[in-house]
Amino acid sequence: MIPSSPATRWALVLLVALAAAPVLSALGDQTFYVFLLTRMMILALAAVSLNLILGYGNMPSFGHAGFLGIGAYTVAILSVRAAETQGGWLASAGLQLPLATLTAAIAAIVIGAVSLRTRGVYFIMITLAFGQMLFSLGVAMEPYGGDDGMTLPLYTTLGPADLSAGPVLYYLVWGFLVLALAGSHRLMGSPFGAVIRGAKSNESRLAALGVPVYRYRLAAFAMAGAVCGLAGALLANQGGYVSPALAAWTHSAELVVIVLLGGAGTLFGPLFGALAVIGIEEILSRYTEHWRIIFGPLLILVVLATRGGLSGLFRVRNND
Amino acid sequence: MNLRGIGILVVLGLATLAFWISAPSTQNDGVRIGFVTTLTTGTGVIGADMRDAFELALDQMGRTMGGLSVWISYEDDAVDPNIGRQATERLVQRDDVHFVSGFIWSNVLLASYQAATDNDVFLIGANAGPSQLAGEACNRNFFSTSWQNDQTTMAMGEVLNDQVSNVYVMAPNYAAGRNMIAGMERTFQGQIIGKTLTQFPDQLDFAAELANIRAAAPEAVWVFYPGNFGTQFFQQYSQAGLLGEIPLYSTFSIDALNLPQIGDLVEGTQMTQSWSPDMDNPANQKFVADFRAKYGRYPSFYAAQAYDAAMLIRSAVEAVDGDLDDLDGLRQALARADFDSVRGSFSFGKNHFPIQDFFLREVMRDSDGVFTTRIVDVVYSDHVDPYAKDCTMQQ
Amino acid sequence: MTLVLEQALNGVQLGVLLFLLAAGLTLVFGIMNFVNLAHGSLYMIGAYFAATFIPWSGSFIVGAVLALAAAAAVGMALEILIFRRLYHRDHMDQVLATFGLILFFNELVLMVWGPAGMSIAVPSWLAGQVTIIPGVPYSAYRLAVLLAGLAAAAFLYVLVSRTRTGMRIRAGASDRQMAEALGVDIRLLFTGIAGLGAALAALAGLLAAPLRSVHAGMGEDILVLAFVIVVIGGIGSIRGAFVAALGVGLIDTVGRAFLPRALDAIFSDSIADAVAPALSTTLIYLTMVVVLAIRPRGLFPAPGV
Repeated sequence: MIPSSPATRWALVLLVALAAAPVLSALGDQTFYVFLLTRMMILALAAVSLNLILGYGNMPSFGHAGFLGIGAYTVAILSVRAAETQGGWLASAGLQLPLATLTAAIAAIVIGAVSLRTRGVYFIMITLAFGQMLFSLGVAMEPYGGDDGMTLPLYTTLGPADLSAGPVLYYLVWGFLVLALAGSHRLMGSPFGAVIRGAKSNESRLAALGVPVYRYRLAAFAMAGAVCGLAGALLANQGGYVSPALAAWTHSAELVVIVLLGGAGTLFGPLFGALAVIGIEEILSRYTEHWRIIFGPLLILVVLATRGGLSGLFRVRNND
Repeated sequence: MNLRGIGILVVLGLATLAFWISAPSTQNDGVRIGFVTTLTTGTGVIGADMRDAFELALDQMGRTMGGLSVWISYEDDAVDPNIGRQATERLVQRDDVHFVSGFIWSNVLLASYQAATDNDVFLIGANAGPSQLAGEACNRNFFSTSWQNDQTTMAMGEVLNDQVSNVYVMAPNYAAGRNMIAGMERTFQGQIIGKTLTQFPDQLDFAAELANIRAAAPEAVWVFYPGNFGTQFFQQYSQAGLLGEIPLYSTFSIDALNLPQIGDLVEGTQMTQSWSPDMDNPANQKFVADFRAKYGRYPSFYAAQAYDAAMLIRSAVEAVDGDLDDLDGLRQALARADFDSVRGSFSFGKNHFPIQDFFLREVMRDSDGVFTTRIVDVVYSDHVDPYAKDCTMQQ
Repeated sequence: MTLVLEQALNGVQLGVLLFLLAAGLTLVFGIMNFVNLAHGSLYMIGAYFAATFIPWSGSFIVGAVLALAAAAAVGMALEILIFRRLYHRDHMDQVLATFGLILFFNELVLMVWGPAGMSIAVPSWLAGQVTIIPGVPYSAYRLAVLLAGLAAAAFLYVLVSRTRTGMRIRAGASDRQMAEALGVDIRLLFTGIAGLGAALAALAGLLAAPLRSVHAGMGEDILVLAFVIVVIGGIGSIRGAFVAALGVGLIDTVGRAFLPRALDAIFSDSIADAVAPALSTTLIYLTMVVVLAIRPRGLFPAPGV
């Protein structure tokens, strides 16, 4: 079932700690940490989706944040309609979240269909170009603020509550994150996952066996886009705000860093990566606004010192 | 557990410790202020100027307001709405500030302001002036010591009416750029012979647009290129041989921050603004003199606005005798704007945006040969922004 | 008509500048198989060095040469300290490490040179205009940039295809082990190439500086475009980078010069206003997609890459 390696043990401890965090925060009257950890978990969710293609599948997408934008704007557009027409159902999670996921999936199929014909740095540049085009699209959407972005007139509603209140959004995100991790594990352990991972190292052999590698990859790309769209919808609620900057390539690069730092192609890498990036940023920025001058070399150190990012730190020697 | 595991545990432990230790102490019973601005990236110079001005103000007050000590935290937004929002959340939720100020960029402000205003924290905007906050989304806990985005260019439109019959306009293609052009279009009655919106933020080269300008042969050129873009644009304008050929007007493109670099290129050009370093009211003379003495340069309008924000906050704290729990009292005191602004006459409209004068300014050298600007004419007196009528807020 | 010519000239000048940046990138990528995201940082540091050395030495040329030397030194130091440990690693590891370098350098210039950035004045002997197209005064400095860039391109061509060093470079690119076996000191060669790439980036940075401003993050503004050019031209191909850079420069300039008016004629004002600026970048990306669709490895893929 679940591999019982040191990494897994730590990850499970972390997930339990995350589940307890809002309670602790409330006791200490520190709601900021709920806000921060919600954002961290959403980024982890997006990173889990990117890990499917970048980590396991060697499809280095530099436009993945475009799907965050799609999910976020789906929520924003529906919210605006809901506010204008007083149609509460338009703001419900039951409509917004699946629709955000679906829209992102469709976009991913289109983008993937074109991009997956290429490899390596060519794939990087094409996905980056698509991401930037989505960004430009967001900027062109004047009624929704253009590049100023807009605040959500209504948060997504979940039954009697809505996703503006800290704990509700927090546990929803936590739940999705756990589901995504479990799903990622199942998927990569299945025959489908075997193809994706196999195609990373030996594509020609698979093709010789008659496996339609392109279709498998496209499916994986679509799934990754879909989950990222969901993350975007949650992100819109977390900040109560959407802007095209969500889809910019610098944001995609941040997701790539999270996946790589945590350990590409490992189950819990995205979680460790998100925690590390958000945590280090938070701690270091208290001491100096120039914290990136420490963070940058830290990334270099991790690359030089480990194979497989932070997850690689957990590996016992003879498992390398 | 192996050595690595222990090492990781130690690191985590230290990290958690660092976390809690660096959390600010909440034993300070004084005034707590947060300031969100841009301190890194290529535009960090603006945030540094605003911070310098705010610090100057605090030093002048002896770092107390109404008998209470002042705690201040400056946060960087890296021109990113998400980071700015997070910084505001941190200041409001973790650091329990009473006031948040700063905010250079409209998109960062729009993303962040509710984190403060929804939690009974007063937000004193010191630069960005988006129309949403001036109009329909006006908020009783929001006050601005700057201006509304349309106003300064409305003044420019009036100036151009007196001087030319057609103009070529250029600005970067983002919300503020479009607002600026819209403001000018409200008042300019002549012909806009060409309008170019350049790529934001990536456009590096204006050669194509400058060639088009020369081909169009307008009577004047008006641009909005803040910060680095201003420097870039004016350098290229000069190299294209257009300087001196076609009269050049600008808004928010030339300030004390880039004058040292481009002063030669823009000497004599005119712009509109609601403040100038040569204004002769006592508050401004003290501000400019002390700023120059302490930092060795002229303050920019960003700095002037930040300084006014500090003074506004103090006036409110003093009005309630330091009783920071009296939110209504604070709000009313803020709305009265009973302080000596460096702009001279200063009051708030019902949307909490300033009612102020706008001037025509010109670039020139002062008696020491340093480039600065001076007022040539008054364009608007006690101008109310065009969105105030859309504001239906209860005070 | 003269306007079209002038815009074409602008496009070529922009293209030549982009070529200088892309050439270093494609060299390092093609020969050492190393993805260097920090190439933009070398462009930036070259500009900062020049902005420091030019006033210090009082001469544009002397300052520029010093800046190139300093940037080359930085490039070589990076190769020795970081790059060479990562040649055998996955491209993504190289991406992560060089991304860290970007963060480092951006903060470093802020801390060392201050937040206000710097500027480099056009040298006084190039400050005027020349009339190459009748009726159009063209900036003398831009003309000089164009000529300098062409000279650099010619130099690179000669270096790579006509000299011993160039031969070794090409040998090292196509078959590293064989070249080593034949006595080529690959380590030294790679360090040298890193230095050359850095110098080219720095040259682009210091030539561009009087047109723009020198500020933190200026490398990232242009980095994506450089990668687009490398990809269109074919990784490792200097000739490809040259053609692609000129193409991109022309498309971008002509697009920005004439598209808005074309759009104005067809669509309403507000749509044209909103779409036109984004269209130019989108046009470049679309070009890249089209080129890759027809030639998946770029226009002139270097053999062995």
